[in-house]
Amino acid sequence: MLRKKAFSLLAGLFAVALVLSGCSGSEDASSDGKKVIKFMHLWPEGSSKKHHDIVENIITDFEKEHKDVKVEVEVLSNEQYKDKMKVLSASGELPDVGMTWSAGYLEPYANGGKFATLDDLLEGDLKDSFVSGTTEAYQVDGKTYGLPLELNIASVYYNKAIFKENGVEAPKTYDELIKVVETLDKKGVEPIALGNKDKWTGSLWYMYLADRIGGTKALNSAIDRSGSFEDPALVSAAEKVQELVDANAFVDGFNGLSDEEAKSMFMNEQAAMYLIATWDLPNYTTNEDVPQEFRDSVGFFDFPSVDGKGDMNSYVGGPGVGLFVSESSDVKEEAKEFVSFFTQEWGEKSVTDAGVIPATKVDGESLDLPQMYVDVLDKLNSATNITLYADVQLSADVAQVHLDQIQALFGKEATPEDFAKTHEQALSK
Amino acid sequence: MSKVMSNKWIIAIYVLPALLLISILIFIPLLLTGYYGLMDWDGVSAMEFIGLENYITALQDSLFWDSAWHSVLLALFSALSLAIYLTIALILASKIKGANLLRKIYLIPMLLSSVAIAQLWIKVYNPSNGILSTVLGWFGAEKAPLWLSDTSIVLYAIFIPILWQYAGFYILIYYAALKNIPESLIEAAKIDGATPLQIALKIKLPLIMGVVKVTIVLAIVGSLKYFDLIYVMTGGGPNGASEVMASYMYKLAFSTSNFGYGSAIGFLLLLITLIVTLVINKLTASKDKIQY
Repeated sequence: MLRKKAFSLLAGLFAVALVLSGCSGSEDASSDGKKVIKFMHLWPEGSSKKHHDIVENIITDFEKEHKDVKVEVEVLSNEQYKDKMKVLSASGELPDVGMTWSAGYLEPYANGGKFATLDDLLEGDLKDSFVSGTTEAYQVDGKTYGLPLELNIASVYYNKAIFKENGVEAPKTYDELIKVVETLDKKGVEPIALGNKDKWTGSLWYMYLADRIGGTKALNSAIDRSGSFEDPALVSAAEKVQELVDANAFVDGFNGLSDEEAKSMFMNEQAAMYLIATWDLPNYTTNEDVPQEFRDSVGFFDFPSVDGKGDMNSYVGGPGVGLFVSESSDVKEEAKEFVSFFTQEWGEKSVTDAGVIPATKVDGESLDLPQMYVDVLDKLNSATNITLYADVQLSADVAQVHLDQIQALFGKEATPEDFAKTHEQALSK
Repeated sequence: MSKVMSNKWIIAIYVLPALLLISILIFIPLLLTGYYGLMDWDGVSAMEFIGLENYITALQDSLFWDSAWHSVLLALFSALSLAIYLTIALILASKIKGANLLRKIYLIPMLLSSVAIAQLWIKVYNPSNGILSTVLGWFGAEKAPLWLSDTSIVLYAIFIPILWQYAGFYILIYYAALKNIPESLIEAAKIDGATPLQIALKIKLPLIMGVVKVTIVLAIVGSLKYFDLIYVMTGGGPNGASEVMASYMYKLAFSTSNFGYGSAIGFLLLLITLIVTLVINKLTASKDKIQY
């Protein structure tokens, strides 16, 4: 009899505990009397320490100035973030403020009414703060659905020490690049770190080759349908990719490596070159966790010209992530204020504390900045063209075809002609 | 007591909570998936009814059938590996030294999360720095195989951690089943002069046939819908070389934003698994009742 009583008591306690744990979550928010802004971003402490710290500081400052508001943060890594966004938007549970990419990525959210328009912020506090072209990428039908935080250009970062050891210099032409690759390969040094499991990394190489061979028009007109993807320049760029693969330019097993693995190879001096965009600058300038010796030995060069063609001032890059406000948020006013506050604070802190380039205008003169940062900023300011990343420009399903084809092209499973044809078919749908 | 148990209404009430839970968590979402398969939906905008178009496209989609073939390969390998697990369990169940410890060691992979196992094996398979490549280098191999990027071996490379993950589970099941066989039967066989091999094959094995049939179904069905390691280790690549049905469904829905088509694939996966289960049950059905 006693055992039965003890058992039912235990079962009862268990049930109560379950119910309580279910309840407590939602109680917190309203019982404090504070408004809660749910904020989701993609800079985890482990891989983007500087960014992460700046975000924490901005949130603390915001909460100090607005004592009636609390910001709840959720942090995910890049790929996880992309997955979660899809799930949340399908279930209608987008956070009040979150990060998004521009153009093709943004479109379905804008057209589906998931993001709020932020033109009022552009007319008010943030008038004239953005570099021209950055907010345009976040517009759909003339209305702005996101405010950009980052502005990036991709360059080839290289280890000057390794280059010197092996007697090679930064290449200015594609032929020089092949020679560098061959020399390094003969000496047993991995020439280029590439993690093509993530696919967009290989896409950077392809886009630059397409830009150099076909000019800025080739790729863009294929995408906006005023031209065709089977343009000889685009096929030629695909051929050059396979030439590089045949020359052993990329690290072993690159098609199965993630970008993080490739990055760590470059950071551990196991590879000589790494094509990446300026969001990675802190690792080569200000990040104290990276050995000073390595940071001092990193330089960058613009993507080489091919067969004498190519404007060296044309870059692959563009606005990076931006902030959005969810249309269905019940704290929209506070969320918009947070976005405005964040963008302005980010504009200053990202330069001084992280060493990345924000989308808001930077006054490089008055601040004490690392030399590489100043050099990159100069390049950006004198750029004649910035082509937005293909997988962001394209709509989700075509972007996936592009990414898959990149992996097939690099893995030599698709011929350059098939590569072009598949793109053309996907774009024609 | 028997009055309570024989009352159909009382039985219904006792079954109701579990039935509700399963319906809400499993049956209804299954039907909804089939329903979404009839739509053209990108997950964000409104749904558009297009009837059986997604299902017809799926049946003609070579990528889908490739992924189905990969799933079937995995199921085959899992079923075959059961023989290895059975052998190990037979050895463990006999009184060898350290059987207890070995049993616990075999169970460890089951306790690790799939993602942890995937990360571990990614590092093992790294062509430049991984343990496997380094060890092969000691034995004089010039260039180790590119485990996760060579499309001809990537699928098999992932099979190894998958089988490793579930080995402990099946070994434990077989071990428990073997331990249930009454000692008296084994002793009687020993007295009659049977060798250990004969005891294993002719006495122990037939007596645990019921359990073996269950593990075959578990292994095959589990492999057909497997997702975890494939997704984390290669994302189905390179170029679809390691794509299985579940990862293909995930990619369609979340990467390509084609929830309608992805749901159709998901529903087809369910149908395939159901058919395979029915076939296996028919093939392994026997009229004998095992009693001891």
